[in-house]
Amino acid sequence: MSLRSPLGRARGLGSAKEGVQHWWWQRLTAVALVPLTLWFVFSIACLAGAGRAEVLAWIASPVNAVGLILFLATLLHHSQLGVQVVIEDYVHAEGVKLVSMVLMKFAHVVLAVAAIFSVLKIAFGAPIGG
Amino acid sequence: MSTTSDNRPLSPHLQVYRPQLTSFLSIVHRATGIFLSLGSVLLAAWLIALATGGDAADCMDRVLGSWFGKLALLAWSYALFYHLCNGIRHLVWDAGKGLEIKDVYTSGYIMVIASLLLTAAAWAVAIL
Repeated sequence: MSLRSPLGRARGLGSAKEGVQHWWWQRLTAVALVPLTLWFVFSIACLAGAGRAEVLAWIASPVNAVGLILFLATLLHHSQLGVQVVIEDYVHAEGVKLVSMVLMKFAHVVLAVAAIFSVLKIAFGAPIGG
Repeated sequence: MSTTSDNRPLSPHLQVYRPQLTSFLSIVHRATGIFLSLGSVLLAAWLIALATGGDAADCMDRVLGSWFGKLALLAWSYALFYHLCNGIRHLVWDAGKGLEIKDVYTSGYIMVIASLLLTAAAWAVAIL
C-alpha cells in the first residue's frame, strides 16, 4: 500500500511518467481539424477543373497559405498519434514495434516538413519551370 | 508470448460476436484513420509536385486525372468525412453525453447519413 495521497500520485504521473497528453492532444487536434478539414475539402472542390496557375495563386494567397500550413501540421500530428495507437495495439514483438514506431514518426515529420515547405515555396516564389 | 500467460483466461474473441452497427462503425473509424494517414502521403506529394513544377506537376495532374486517381480521391473524401463525423461523435462521448445504447445507435445512423451528404456536397461543388 502506498502512503502517498491520491493527489501526490497524480502529480507524480505514475510509473509511465506521463499522464493524459496523448489522449488530450488527439482530442485537441481533432477539434481543430473539424473546421480546417471542411475548409480544405470544399476549397479544393471549388478548384476542381482550374488551371495550374489558378491553383498556385490560390495556395500562394496569405490566408490560404496559413490555413494550409495549420491544416497540414494539425493533420499530420493527429495522424501520428492515431497510427501510434494502431502500432501499440497490433504489433507485439518489442523490436518490430520500436522500429516501426520510429519509422512511422520520422515519416510523419518528413511529410509535414516537405508539405509545409512546398506551401511556403509556392507562397514566396514562382516554381522553377512552373 | 511468455509461457506464464498461456493458460490465463482470455476475453471472448471478436468472431463470437454477432456483427452490430456499433462495433462495425468503430472498426471502420480506425480503418479510415489508417487510410487517411496513407492519403496524407498523396496530399504531401501533390504539394511537392506543385512546388517543383514542370514534369513533376504534369505527372501529378495525369495521376489525379486518371480513373484510378479519381477513384482514390472519392475514397479519400468519403473516408475523410466519415472520420470527421464519427470523430465528432467521439468528442460528444468524451463530454459524457449520448452514451445510452439507443443514443449511440441514433448518432451512428445520423453520422453515416451526414458523411454521405457531405461527400455528395463536396463532389457536387467539384463537378458543377
